[in-house]
Amino acid sequence: MSSKLKLIGLSSAVSVLALSAAAQDPVSLTIVSWGGAYTASQQRAYHEPFMEANPHVTIINDDGSANALASLRAQAQAGNVTWDLVDMLPSDAQLACDEGIILQIDHDAMLAAAPDGTPASEDFLPGSLGECFIPQIVYSTVLTYRPGAFPDDAQPSSIADLFDVENFPGRRALQDRPGTNLEWALYADGVDPEDIYEVLSTPEGVDRAFAKLDTIKDHIIFWTEGAQAPQLLADGEVAFATGYNGRMFDAIEVEGMDADIIWDGQVVEWDGWVVPADGPNEELVMEYLYFATDTQRLADQAKFISYGPARASSAGLVGEHADLGIDMAPHMPTAPENYFAPIVLDNDFWVDYGDELRERFANWMLQ
Amino acid sequence: MAIQSATSEEGAIGTATDSRGRLVTSDGTPLRRALERANRRRKLTALALVAPLLAFILIFFAFPIAQMMWRSVDNPQIVNALPRTLVALEDWDGQGVPDEPVFAALHADMMEDLDRPRREQAIGPLGIRLNYELSAARSAISRTARSVPNFEEPYRDAFTDAHRLWGQPELWQIIKREGRPLTLSYYVAALDREYDADGNIVKRPENRQIYVSLFGRTLALSVAITFMTFILGFPIAYYLSTLPMRYANLLMIAVLLPFWTSLLVRTSAWIVLLQQQGVINNALVGMGFIGDDGRFSLIYNQTGTIIAMTHILLPFMVLPLYSVMRTIPPSYMRAAKSLGARPWTAFRRVYFPQTLPGIGAGGVLVFIISIGYYITPALVGGQSGRMISNEIARHIQQSLNWGLAAALGTMLLVGVLVLYWLYNRLVGADSLKLG
Amino acid sequence: MSMPAYYTVKDKIWHYTFRVICYAIFFFLLAPILIMIPLSFNAQPFFTFTREMLTLNPDGYSLRWYRDFLGSESWMRSIRNSFSIGIAATIVSTTLGTLAALGLSRSEMPAKGLIMGILISPMIVPLIISAAGMFFFFSSINIAQTYLGVVLAHAALGTPFVVITVTATLVGFDQSLIRAAANLGASPTRTFFKITMPLILPGVVSGALFAFITSFDEIVVVLFVAGVEQRTIPREMWSGIREDISPTILAVATILVMISIALLTVVELLRRRGERLRGVTPG
Repeated sequence: MSSKLKLIGLSSAVSVLALSAAAQDPVSLTIVSWGGAYTASQQRAYHEPFMEANPHVTIINDDGSANALASLRAQAQAGNVTWDLVDMLPSDAQLACDEGIILQIDHDAMLAAAPDGTPASEDFLPGSLGECFIPQIVYSTVLTYRPGAFPDDAQPSSIADLFDVENFPGRRALQDRPGTNLEWALYADGVDPEDIYEVLSTPEGVDRAFAKLDTIKDHIIFWTEGAQAPQLLADGEVAFATGYNGRMFDAIEVEGMDADIIWDGQVVEWDGWVVPADGPNEELVMEYLYFATDTQRLADQAKFISYGPARASSAGLVGEHADLGIDMAPHMPTAPENYFAPIVLDNDFWVDYGDELRERFANWMLQ
Repeated sequence: MAIQSATSEEGAIGTATDSRGRLVTSDGTPLRRALERANRRRKLTALALVAPLLAFILIFFAFPIAQMMWRSVDNPQIVNALPRTLVALEDWDGQGVPDEPVFAALHADMMEDLDRPRREQAIGPLGIRLNYELSAARSAISRTARSVPNFEEPYRDAFTDAHRLWGQPELWQIIKREGRPLTLSYYVAALDREYDADGNIVKRPENRQIYVSLFGRTLALSVAITFMTFILGFPIAYYLSTLPMRYANLLMIAVLLPFWTSLLVRTSAWIVLLQQQGVINNALVGMGFIGDDGRFSLIYNQTGTIIAMTHILLPFMVLPLYSVMRTIPPSYMRAAKSLGARPWTAFRRVYFPQTLPGIGAGGVLVFIISIGYYITPALVGGQSGRMISNEIARHIQQSLNWGLAAALGTMLLVGVLVLYWLYNRLVGADSLKLG
Repeated sequence: MSMPAYYTVKDKIWHYTFRVICYAIFFFLLAPILIMIPLSFNAQPFFTFTREMLTLNPDGYSLRWYRDFLGSESWMRSIRNSFSIGIAATIVSTTLGTLAALGLSRSEMPAKGLIMGILISPMIVPLIISAAGMFFFFSSINIAQTYLGVVLAHAALGTPFVVITVTATLVGFDQSLIRAAANLGASPTRTFFKITMPLILPGVVSGALFAFITSFDEIVVVLFVAGVEQRTIPREMWSGIREDISPTILAVATILVMISIALLTVVELLRRRGERLRGVTPG
């Protein structure tokens, strides 16, 4: 660059600065999420367009979501909040909200309305909004099986089949936590999806769930990390595996794994944003949130990962996978043909009973 | 040693005596005082050299740990949130549901809390704290807090209508029992116990007991790992000690290379080897020893933890053993044999007893390290290979029950310190050899 | 181990069996580390030898995992972090540790046992406990998730090694040398640099190496105290292993093994030099 050009550049930069000094100061937003494919989908659907529209903003990804609650609490207790925005599960959000370390959200005032004018609080799927929580996606824990493990005329098709070792022999990979497993045990035992949590909050209900799990105990392998479940299926290690629908989609559609998803009894949960209280760039974060949770942006994320947008108005906009060209709509947990018998995870229940049931489950696993 | 030589030095100079006949130095100060002063100066110099590190360790290491341990008894939540209720509860006999004045006090406490800025509200933490003792107490608190401004007298009915738990004596017993600044309840929980209705500490229902057995498993795994390192370490340490130094140093590389190799590298190596689709299973299938469906589960269980940790800790056993064995004169064994002892007897009666200090040093070292191990069990241990450290980490990072994490951590720390003290008694900390 | 002539057949069998056992154990120690080296050149994303690899077909081998590693910004950042944090922590712990060792090895040092116990404690306390304590404390003084926090934490963990190695070199140290220098009119500083330093240098350097490797290899404290900006190589490997273990990990591991070999060589040379200097003849 010649010195003349430099001078022009400099002077124009100065005039821009003079026009809106604050807006042009470079700012970086630290956004905490789950890492891997999930952060990548957010990067492409939310961060990149936002940074394009606001060139002075740099978004730094931190994949600390798994332990976000602890860090957030420590940061808040120290009065030194360094994170701007955190992606977490609603149950963690509820705890953080109770402790007052994340901001309460006035959804209609802070978030964009749907294109047809429906206010945010009505556009987001029922039950998904939290006091401090803004959902982005619906994901579900689904049962997946390896067709090759069963004869062609006797393929499994329901959660009840997971608990039927006689007709559907083979090992089952379940996650090493009580959530989902206890729900399924009751569901397979004949409890109506709507009544599951009512039953589970009684000691008899818990006993009933564990008794049902006992029937398949000897056939279970436990997995811990999300990546293990599809791996176990791909290795032919198990006949059934539970897993997150996005991971399973990747394994089946991208990696070509031979497996099928059973949508019966899918356990539906949300994932979304919370804003740490006293964060460094609150105003900008709100701007980002307004942008990143609008109808189009939520629909865009589904181009990169098979999790359903949390807004009703986004459903119609879900198109093809950006890289694979697969029509994503049928792979959404919320697609009508998949959403026939969902169990909606009750986060309030798990915040209340989680500790106790986790202890009992840990004890049960080692028996 | 230095003091004595100092005395002789100064004595050589100070041959004069003062009026009272005491020895003095050349400038007239009594020798005794001069010596004391010199001594004190030396002491201060020594202290001054140590002081920076000591301060550093105390501030950035010892204090944080003490602070963490404090969390295991710190119990501010209930006292902060419910001061009036606790006063009103003083007259309650612990039976049945308390009377109206207690509920009125509860109402007043909650109303006052709602007026505080959100970050200072004590009700949220109160709910989380009570939920550790009684499931669903959290939602009892948070749901009630939302409707409390609309409550009308009699408050007792208003509260019990808002959530069933307010009508249960259990919740009130917990509030009364835990309504003080310090608590033992985290230790009670860490020992798989709980309080019964009369406030006695009793065992938890069997299906909720996990920590004691986890401590037991941690101990058992550590013993197994220590034993394995001994079984594998003793022969090679012995073999190395019989070799001429040149060869021994060369073969020692086999021990030292793992020692110097990153822990994560060694752990991933074992994942690569032991997986279902890993090198060992594939080799066995390839050679036809096992069928494709008969692959061994060598990892994500106790086997994985034991194999990987034995490998990782083996050098800690071999090095002290080797340094002890080097000092045992071979002539002892020869003497025993020439006196007619069978080789095995000579080994057992003469050689082996002399290696005991090395076995003790290596064994305690390996045991101490393995009992607090976190990384390898977390990566290769699966469910059954988890150890107490993993549970501590989980409570800090995920369940957020920091009090319980601190109680478990304190118990682990005390255990390790006792072991270290024993180790010190046995071999002395100075003898820790590195590399 | 030469075999005496009077050995019976049984003795001989035992003699050889014993050697076989020993070499098997050496194999157990080395094989897992060495086996990763060829596997890191696997052209396929597997952790096992493919048919092409076994037949030494060049198509079975590739540098793709090394390219992956070198092309990844997060791995490169982790390398920078590991070295900068390691070096900074080493400087802090070596300085403080050496001074303390000098003080501790003076016979006038009061409460030696207690102080030694405290100084050694970072080596004894289980890492998870140190990490938890530091996580809480560092958060409360605003140095969690900063370079300063990680460096201080690693310096604390590294000091015991410096104290131990330097104290060890001082055991054979003849204190009269210092008095002689003082008598001849040397200032304490001059005495230190001219007399003490050269003698304890091997101890200092190997202590520094231990401190460096402690930081370089440390992961538990990093997991708790470091933020995404301070991720080190082990932290990156941890994520790699837990999320999706690809042979890139093996490429990293191979490089780290090479580094360990280099370090091992340095330590061995130092040890020999130290023994020579202190007049300890290798037996």
